[in-house]
Amino acid sequence: MSLIEINEVRKSFGTNEVLKGITIAIEPGEVVAVIGKSGSGKSTLLRCINGLESIDAGSITVAGAQLRPDEAHLRQLRLKVGMIFQQFNLFPHLTAGANVMLSQTVVKKTPKGEAERIARAMLDRVGLAEKFDAYPDQLSGGQQQRTAIARALAMQPIALLCDEITSALDPELVSEVLAVVRGLAADGMTLVMVTHEMKFARDVCNRVVFMHQGRVHEIGPPDKIFAEPATPELQQFLGVQS
Amino acid sequence: MSDFTIWDIVRNLLLATRWTVVLSLAAFVGGGVLGAILLFLRIGKRRLLRNFVKYYVELFQGTPLLMQLFLAFFGLGLFGIDVPAWVAAGAALTLWTAAFLTEIWRGCVESIARGQWEASSSLAMGYVQQMRHVILPQALRVAIPPTVGFLVQVIKGTAVTSIIGFVELSKAGTEVTNATFEPFTVYGIVALIYFAMCWPLSKASQSLERRLNVAHRNQ
Repeated sequence: MSLIEINEVRKSFGTNEVLKGITIAIEPGEVVAVIGKSGSGKSTLLRCINGLESIDAGSITVAGAQLRPDEAHLRQLRLKVGMIFQQFNLFPHLTAGANVMLSQTVVKKTPKGEAERIARAMLDRVGLAEKFDAYPDQLSGGQQQRTAIARALAMQPIALLCDEITSALDPELVSEVLAVVRGLAADGMTLVMVTHEMKFARDVCNRVVFMHQGRVHEIGPPDKIFAEPATPELQQFLGVQS
Repeated sequence: MSDFTIWDIVRNLLLATRWTVVLSLAAFVGGGVLGAILLFLRIGKRRLLRNFVKYYVELFQGTPLLMQLFLAFFGLGLFGIDVPAWVAAGAALTLWTAAFLTEIWRGCVESIARGQWEASSSLAMGYVQQMRHVILPQALRVAIPPTVGFLVQVIKGTAVTSIIGFVELSKAGTEVTNATFEPFTVYGIVALIYFAMCWPLSKASQSLERRLNVAHRNQ
């Protein structure tokens, strides 16, 4: 059985159907890039995986936890998948350390000392050990995003969803965040990332999903997707002359 | 010619000011507690309760405070219940304050970015945990300046209770005028006393807004 099973998922916003039957299976340790034009449904798909959006039909299962709309099921699901956002969404009233500690203590009831130990270890892992007491507005965008990654990691998820996590960053800050993600991939973390960083997708990902008009239009290893795009839509998206 | 010195006038007005202060505090504390309860119903999950609070707020925002006072004072009288002026004044002002504070605070809670809800959701927090640890601590900071600012409205609102015979600052002003026949002097002093109470609060509200905004320049 795959780690993440997305089966015939459909989702509409009003009369606009943004996901028209998506089926993808993701194996443990796999790094999957989801690419496509804006409006192709890639962010929505990602948000469905941890229940930030409800689905209208189909099913999503992560390591045995099924997506259901009630709070208990959502909690089980979200304990298995973490999420990183484009806008970081750190809690501005808490220090970096407290950001990483909060859900450990209130959701998992981890004792404070243990939570702090984990928080320090996670901040160290993303290269921010010395920023434990800094508030988010004292950090650069790249540091904020790395803190957000540490915060998700502290919950010890099985998989991480990354929703355009470098799109809000100044160009010179992108690489420090991608370096952290690269490290996670090397450590065997299962990653599903919506991204516009094609070079990164090519270097790091095992598989690339090209979405177009709410469907999986092409899927395959990066070499094939980027070097031999089969459909005119993907060729156009990648800007290659056919 | 008058037998009253300025000090006589001021002294009597200041004595009555105590009741303006007491009434303001009672309305603010009572209205604050009730407003907080209504806030949670207003942003909660029960649709019936949400709507109830919505209509409550609309009712109190859509009618003059004076009418609310009359209804509290005379309305219960119809049922043979003798309502003392201070009870009617306190009750009406409390309900009125609660309605406005609920609405002010709802705005503050809703001003917290959606990303904060999503981030805490994706960390597996439940609704109560999100509220307690993520949303309310931030909303509280946003809420302080407008809440302090609204206290000014409450203080000025107490003047209306003079009409049902509650002797606070404005009513005392009328009584002193009747004795001294110096309305301009008396009401001038009354106005100054109100100003002395309200102006520092307005200033405090402004400076709080500046200070908290600096601390709140999030992302």
